[in-house]
Amino acid sequence: MIDDGAAMRSLVPHVLGVLVRRGADFATAEDAVQEALMRFAALPSESAPADPTGWLVTVAWRAFLDAARSDAARRNREERVGTEPPAGAVPNTDDTLALHFLCAHPSLSPSSAVALTLRAVGGLTTRQIARAYLVPEATMAQRISRAKHTVAGVGFQQPGDVRTVMRVLYLIFNEGHSGDVDLAAEAIRLTRQLAASIDHPEVHGLLALMLLHHARRASRTRADGRLVPLAEQDRSLWDGRLIVEGIFILGTALARAQPGEYQAQAAIAALHADAPSVEDTDWPQIVEWYDELLSFADTPVVRLNRAVAIGEARSPAEGLAALAEVDDRIPRWEAVAAHLHERNGELEVAARLYAAAALHAPSIAERDHQTRQAARLHRVMVNDGPSRSA
Amino acid sequence: MAKYLLLKHYRGAPAPVNDVPMDRWAPEEVDAHIGYMHDFATRLEATGEFVDGQALSPDGMWVRFDGEGRPPLVDGPFAETKDLVAGWMVIDVDSRERAIELAGELSAAPGAGGRPIHEWLEVRPFLTIGPNVE
Repeated sequence: MIDDGAAMRSLVPHVLGVLVRRGADFATAEDAVQEALMRFAALPSESAPADPTGWLVTVAWRAFLDAARSDAARRNREERVGTEPPAGAVPNTDDTLALHFLCAHPSLSPSSAVALTLRAVGGLTTRQIARAYLVPEATMAQRISRAKHTVAGVGFQQPGDVRTVMRVLYLIFNEGHSGDVDLAAEAIRLTRQLAASIDHPEVHGLLALMLLHHARRASRTRADGRLVPLAEQDRSLWDGRLIVEGIFILGTALARAQPGEYQAQAAIAALHADAPSVEDTDWPQIVEWYDELLSFADTPVVRLNRAVAIGEARSPAEGLAALAEVDDRIPRWEAVAAHLHERNGELEVAARLYAAAALHAPSIAERDHQTRQAARLHRVMVNDGPSRSA
Repeated sequence: MAKYLLLKHYRGAPAPVNDVPMDRWAPEEVDAHIGYMHDFATRLEATGEFVDGQALSPDGMWVRFDGEGRPPLVDGPFAETKDLVAGWMVIDVDSRERAIELAGELSAAPGAGGRPIHEWLEVRPFLTIGPNVE
């Protein structure tokens, strides 16, 4: 019995694939599937079809034919599809991967690929996607429409690069925050679907990474939106079931000895998730994973996080030495510097850096957090006198 | 997928290249300028990058709480206030480079003599809600 949105939406790649294989163009077929989804959602529960996939295919196919017929400019196609066999048995072909490749096509900008993936693979409505990204519905409709136009000439079965797909899913996981759709959960659902369609250790690494971060979500912010740093997170709020699953998926992927960026990131997340406290975290191993990650993605952000790990694994001074080699213009550099200087006992320097970190914070929660850090140190210095500072 | 505020100023911005006050323009030049702004917003709607755009009257006032049981204190506008915002446009774009590109286009709106104003626009990134991956 399919009665929840995500379960129903999981049928979308299959249904859309059937329509395209029958000769429907991708853009019109995608609209037709959306219409079928809406009709499905409007059904009274007692009349839910026994075979939801078949039902969606039939309704979407009819919607597609209506759309094709109503558009005079599409007369040629109407004649062509008119000769196609009528909707009948649904072939058991998995089009999930083909659909992902199309929606993450390199010709699309990241925001277009994200929007198209959420609609055409995820089955979300334009309104839901617009609300999730805080833009007007008309803007999101145009973004999706242009994305469809961009990929109109791309063959449905054209092989793609799974790395571009993973990048899009990672963006979805990491960035949508508002509205009635949990985009992190949606990204996990889509990544699970992708992992079932393609056997690739990095896809499993990405899924593990998402699960391990998602497991800690409840502890990362307080009810009032305040950011809780890792050291202060209530680990009893971590979702043990997701952690176990994430570690298991990661272990299976790592055993295949085809390392990659997402597996390395997931390994770091797993070492955090597995630790009873910050002090009991295996920081030396985390540093090793950051070194491995550098071999795949030598970015200032990776080096920044590595400096934090070195500060824990060895000493704050060594962390600061590692930090000195990182471009100080990147976001959160000052926050990391403040943390390491504080641990090094240099409270005045740290307080100044926390204030600077607040000034340059990219997010509201981060800004407020760094402001509180600066305020906390100022109070310590007033109470203790400046003697502790270097 | 980052939002930027493009701020247009009545005053407070550095002087534009084509520095003629709007009230000295020919009427058709004013029309051309307004038309350009309108077309720009329409085009950004079509590219899926438009979020919001509004124009502000220069007649503002300052308001503050003046104590329990008292009406809010209203003052100004102060002639000496350096910075006066004329309006804004909010865009949602893939990169900082794209935000700069669009601000550059907006700044090329035609002014006196039909030539681009080259006015300075303030470009301010929105603070976001933090990422899921720490």
